[in-house]
Amino acid sequence: MIKSQIWNRKHLLGMADLSREEIISILDTAASFREVNRRDIKKVPTLRGKTVINLFYENSTRTRTSFELAGKRMSADVINMSVASSSVKKGETLIDTLANLEAMNPDVVVVRHSESGAQEFLAKNLDAAIINAGDGSHEHPTQALLDLLTIDNHLALMGWESFEGLTVAICGDVLHSRVARSNAIGLATMGANIRFVGPPTLMPSQVEEAFGVRVFHNMEEGVRGADVVMMLRLQQERMTGAFLPSVREYYEFWGLNHERLALAAPKAIVMHPGPMNRGVEITSKVADDPNQSVILEQVANGLAIRMAVLYRLCGVEG
Amino acid sequence: MKEPKFTLIKGGRVVDPANDMDETADLLIEDDIIRAVGRPDIPAECEVIDADGLIVAPGLVDMHVHLREPGYEYKETIAGGTRAAAAGGVTSIAAMPNTNPVTDDPSVVGYVLDKAKMGGVVNVFPIGAVTKGLKGKELTEIGLLIKAGCVAFSDDGKAIANSSVMRRALDYAKAFNALIIQHAEDPNLSEGCMNEGVTATRMGLPGIPAESESILVDRDIRLVELTGGRYHVAHLSTAGALHSVERAIKRNLPVSCEVAPHHFALTEEAVIGYNTDAKMAPPLRNENDRNAILEGLARGVVEAIATDHAPHDEDSKRVEFCCAANGVVGLETMLPVSLELVRDGVMSLSDCLGVMTYKPAQLLGINRGTLTVGCPADVVLFDEKQRWQVDANELHGSTRNTAFHDRLVHGRVKRTIVAGRTVYEDGQ
Repeated sequence: MIKSQIWNRKHLLGMADLSREEIISILDTAASFREVNRRDIKKVPTLRGKTVINLFYENSTRTRTSFELAGKRMSADVINMSVASSSVKKGETLIDTLANLEAMNPDVVVVRHSESGAQEFLAKNLDAAIINAGDGSHEHPTQALLDLLTIDNHLALMGWESFEGLTVAICGDVLHSRVARSNAIGLATMGANIRFVGPPTLMPSQVEEAFGVRVFHNMEEGVRGADVVMMLRLQQERMTGAFLPSVREYYEFWGLNHERLALAAPKAIVMHPGPMNRGVEITSKVADDPNQSVILEQVANGLAIRMAVLYRLCGVEG
Repeated sequence: MKEPKFTLIKGGRVVDPANDMDETADLLIEDDIIRAVGRPDIPAECEVIDADGLIVAPGLVDMHVHLREPGYEYKETIAGGTRAAAAGGVTSIAAMPNTNPVTDDPSVVGYVLDKAKMGGVVNVFPIGAVTKGLKGKELTEIGLLIKAGCVAFSDDGKAIANSSVMRRALDYAKAFNALIIQHAEDPNLSEGCMNEGVTATRMGLPGIPAESESILVDRDIRLVELTGGRYHVAHLSTAGALHSVERAIKRNLPVSCEVAPHHFALTEEAVIGYNTDAKMAPPLRNENDRNAILEGLARGVVEAIATDHAPHDEDSKRVEFCCAANGVVGLETMLPVSLELVRDGVMSLSDCLGVMTYKPAQLLGINRGTLTVGCPADVVLFDEKQRWQVDANELHGSTRNTAFHDRLVHGRVKRTIVAGRTVYEDGQ
């Protein structure tokens, strides 16, 4: 990895904004924070006196916890605000909520929102530094960064020197997935080949042209020879009816089991952003496979990535 | 008896597409009507307006405007909307019925006309609803609404989605030779918030396919064949619908369409950055659709340029993209943006003015849009070449939701005359 310190952004809104050098820089910073998380006393004074607000308009356990812990391990004051979307529609507008928080001078506001573009809208209209923790079906940049970090850790084991030439199959509900979009953008920036695999009703319009990916509707063809198989969560409300006829049909044709995984590259890794639907998009055997599943590593790396992002955005010199 | 008042518009290039006229001439107005065009004898008492270097044309007719009054005065009023029209050189506007209450009853038509007479500065022609409350179920009193002053019928803002209701509307309207204007978007295919395609996919926004429009237009054309009713597609936005309308016209069906300046001047890429001032229904489409519309204008398929002027208060637009209201204002940018068609060689000046004057007037059956002697003296004077930059903050209406903010345009309205009276004069 090339050492680099290029990172002077105010916000982190999406992978589409980041150059390869910026991505490498943040992965390097995260790698150094991983060490902190393995210490006996997991706290450094780096962000003492800084305030981080987690403003979550959608339910989230791991992302919110990850940001919270990331802030706390660096001694920042972290406040969590969960806002139920239904009450928002009746009451205060998004911009008013954030303007009120801004009046308390937080250093960073971490926002998750169900509408694509919500964070970009806030960043344009307000002064606070904003980290996008997921907006609608648009972007989830810290997830993509932690996925890149996880893949990066395994490159050598998989027989690659860099992302150039690596093949990543992103499988499942691409249509509604911000994880798929952010990963596709980030992986393309790093030089990897990307495949989107899933049923046609869960594939966005003109996605090949939009992201420079190859699309497969057949799971076997989609994972064949892939170095990384990244599964996406299938949301409960999309399992029956309009997009898919049934869960069992989805599992039968697009679920990841060992037979299908065997078609991938011999040392392929399996990823999932969580939370998993075991027996829907992935079998428990694959999810818990000690050799190929890196799902818990992703969680650990998520913490390191969020520490790195907070560190950079809080204006602390590296 | 009151002495007549004469006004002479002197030395301008008079372009009157209805009469195939394009020459340097004087225009004499007596009170509120055109008295003479050419080299008329000048009466002793006469106000003279120097039009040297300017184009003198019939005041524009915009057959698709939302005035928001009654019911949504916090967005716009009839007074404010007509001020915007005057500043854009538009002297006649057809007002869509999606107000509150809906224009589905003669009493509401009367209210709109009274308000227009009292506070409005341009001619307002109400469009009545096709169905009561815009609910898409029961027909309105089309005959009584025409008697009250309606010039056409539409559920605009919503499509008439039910095929049976559309069939009856087209059928019944024949008794009054009434025009049915369709907002052609299949509601089942229109659940997105921008055009479906590469840009929507990148932005993670749910898309509306072009077929949402073309499917409904195709269905409606079949119903026109069945009924013989007069049918007009509002704000046509797709290549597919344009081609369907063109085929129908070739088969002599009573089918027509209008296009909005934003649909021929912009594409879906204007949405990038989640720009809610580029959000409207139907949405901005892709370059292929835009080119088809330009070709349609060039071939004479398009009967009218209409703005779908839709004022929205700032709170309706300063929100998350999918939550933002649909619609942009257009009256004040209609002329300069349409003149780009002339500069780009798509249409002649006369043809371009034709689809903004006498052609929509004929569709609506109103005696406007021409400088024919004896007609109401609605006139616009503009400098075809003057360059200016659109600034949302300098618009004359009540809101600033234009999709053309910062656009450099050519062609500036210098004076707008309605019924012989100057209602707008440009200071610059």
